[in-house]
Amino acid sequence: MTVKPTTSSPQASLWQPNRRRSRRIEGLVRALCFVFAAISILTTLGIVLTLIFETFDLFFDPFFRQALWVHRLPTMLPNASPAELQALGDQIQALDPKQLASQASRVGLDPPSRLAGFFYALRRFFTDTRWTPLFQNPNFGIFVLVSATLLTSAIALLVAIPLGLLIAIFLSEYAAPRVRQVLKPVLELIAGVPSVVFGYFALLTVTPFLQGWIPPLQGFNALSAGLVLGISITPLVASLSEDAINAVPQDLRQGAFAMGATKRETIQAVVLPAALSGIVASIILAASRAIGETMIVSLAAGQNPQPIDASLSFINPFIPVMTMTAFIVQVSLGDAPFGSLAYKTIFAVGMSLFVMTLGLNILSYWFVRRFREKYE
Amino acid sequence: MATSPSDLSPTPPAVAESPPFSANLGRRYGMDWLFQLAAWLATVIAIAVLAWLLLDVLNQGLGRIDWQFLTSFPSRRPQNAGIIGALAGTFWVMIIVAVVAFPVGVGAGLYLEEFSGDNWFTRLIEINISNLAGVPSIIYGLLGLAAFVRLMEPVTGGRSVLAGALTLALLILPIIIVATREALRGVPDSIRMAGLAMGGTRWQVVSAHVLPAALSGILTGVILALSRAIGETAPLITIGALTFVPFTPGCTPDFPYFNPLDLLRCPVDVLQSPFTVMPIQIFNWISRPQKAFHENAAAAIIVLMVMLVGMNSLAIILRSRFQRPRP
Repeated sequence: MTVKPTTSSPQASLWQPNRRRSRRIEGLVRALCFVFAAISILTTLGIVLTLIFETFDLFFDPFFRQALWVHRLPTMLPNASPAELQALGDQIQALDPKQLASQASRVGLDPPSRLAGFFYALRRFFTDTRWTPLFQNPNFGIFVLVSATLLTSAIALLVAIPLGLLIAIFLSEYAAPRVRQVLKPVLELIAGVPSVVFGYFALLTVTPFLQGWIPPLQGFNALSAGLVLGISITPLVASLSEDAINAVPQDLRQGAFAMGATKRETIQAVVLPAALSGIVASIILAASRAIGETMIVSLAAGQNPQPIDASLSFINPFIPVMTMTAFIVQVSLGDAPFGSLAYKTIFAVGMSLFVMTLGLNILSYWFVRRFREKYE
Repeated sequence: MATSPSDLSPTPPAVAESPPFSANLGRRYGMDWLFQLAAWLATVIAIAVLAWLLLDVLNQGLGRIDWQFLTSFPSRRPQNAGIIGALAGTFWVMIIVAVVAFPVGVGAGLYLEEFSGDNWFTRLIEINISNLAGVPSIIYGLLGLAAFVRLMEPVTGGRSVLAGALTLALLILPIIIVATREALRGVPDSIRMAGLAMGGTRWQVVSAHVLPAALSGILTGVILALSRAIGETAPLITIGALTFVPFTPGCTPDFPYFNPLDLLRCPVDVLQSPFTVMPIQIFNWISRPQKAFHENAAAAIIVLMVMLVGMNSLAIILRSRFQRPRP
């Protein structure tokens, strides 16, 4: 580099750090990065607040106040005939929900308080045995959807636990390094398949195939949805369990071999118990994933909420059911207007889903911390 | 193992009642063989199911893929239908997801790894991120519906490309943050020390030395996160992406239907446009009763999977560059 002649002192061509400017830039970048990191907290807050707000909005909906009002009529008017009660009930339900208190005089009876309506809604949510929120005479039994979700998830776990565990054992204990190097990416490929593709597979490939073996199987059913869901969460169980099994120190295995145990005995009696906390955590996480899975179940398991009654149709894997996620998809496709009962209902269902998955995630975290075996 | 005093007592354990030890090696090796067979079979089953899925999709859809399919809008007649609307929607959504999620995710990762010590705030964010990673994607859709579609409607224009992209960006943010932190941790501390010893500020050291060294690792993580976002269906259905879109976002209504320069020429038209994406188009075709639409779905799945394989190959190439020892 050529040094240009300058009129100022010879030091000018030397490096003169502008420390104040560097500090200012650093402060700016640091603040920006802080804001970006805080966005993750805002996301959580946003999720929690949205779900709570809209769920409360549903439970405080005037619909429930009116329904409670009708529900209470027989005790309020013990001498009225059924026909009179019916007429009065129709009149109450026809009232403008926005002005319940002012219009109460038209009926001549006091409406229940807003709080009573809230608790009535809560009771309906947990004790109704049907799920028909979009009907003229709606029912809000969330356990109808929860039971369907648990049914598909249980079938999925029945597939994913044995498959995932055996794959983890195969990869960590039996497979030669070169075989393992080929198989692991292939299994990761399963985890990368979009869930809508698994939905296609469950509905259009697995169901027709199973119908050849199980004639009563309907076009939409919990069985094939659950089976394919199980395949889709198998890589999760396999890779997390394999990590847990690989963390078991080699000394333990060699100790067992030295005692004369065979390889299977070593795995079953020494390795698996030592890796148990990680394995159980992987299964809990897989369950949480299965519960939140959407596309497979809404495509292949159907859209028919089965009432919870003595016919036990809600645990029949051969007929269509409706999971929590499938309901959210159904309402979203129907383009529910903001503020409508259907719009608020999907948030209440989302809230239930969120609570269940969060509970399972915390359980798995706690399980690992509580039962982890530490080897030095 | 804990030893209680009673274990130390001289009385011998009651071995007399148990049957005499028999090695019975034949049976035990038989069991071993069965167990190994089961483990092997489980792996084969998983791979066989994957192969079944792929072959079935290829078999159903490969014949349907042609130029007309790639460049047509959806139609009520399956043989006339195509995926250009979904391709353009996916293209725009992914561009905006990348533009939003990349700086935010990397910035958050930088903050956690480089700019803050181990205090309650960083620990809170760490716990928070691991929790967010476990939240079902459809819940993000509900957040997007309430926050981006409804609350920020004047900005996003309702059920638009921007609302969908922001929702997906939040969804993949935890993945990008975790990948960034891993990559930054892989940069040896000596590089930071040397930079600081030369009198650089932390940001000068990070921007000039640490980030370039970690970049391929970060990019790998970002691409893998984007490949997760490209297949997501549920959150976009929830925020109300359309299932029948006879147009493309932006201001290129004719062939080639989408032009990256539209983002500069007519940003509002692009960002606030209603949209559909590939997985939603596939979902829509699967749920039709006609078999011909199912073939369309299979063909669209092939296109989607090719895009996924492309992104993953790119990630693998970047990762292999990352793992090469530095000069």
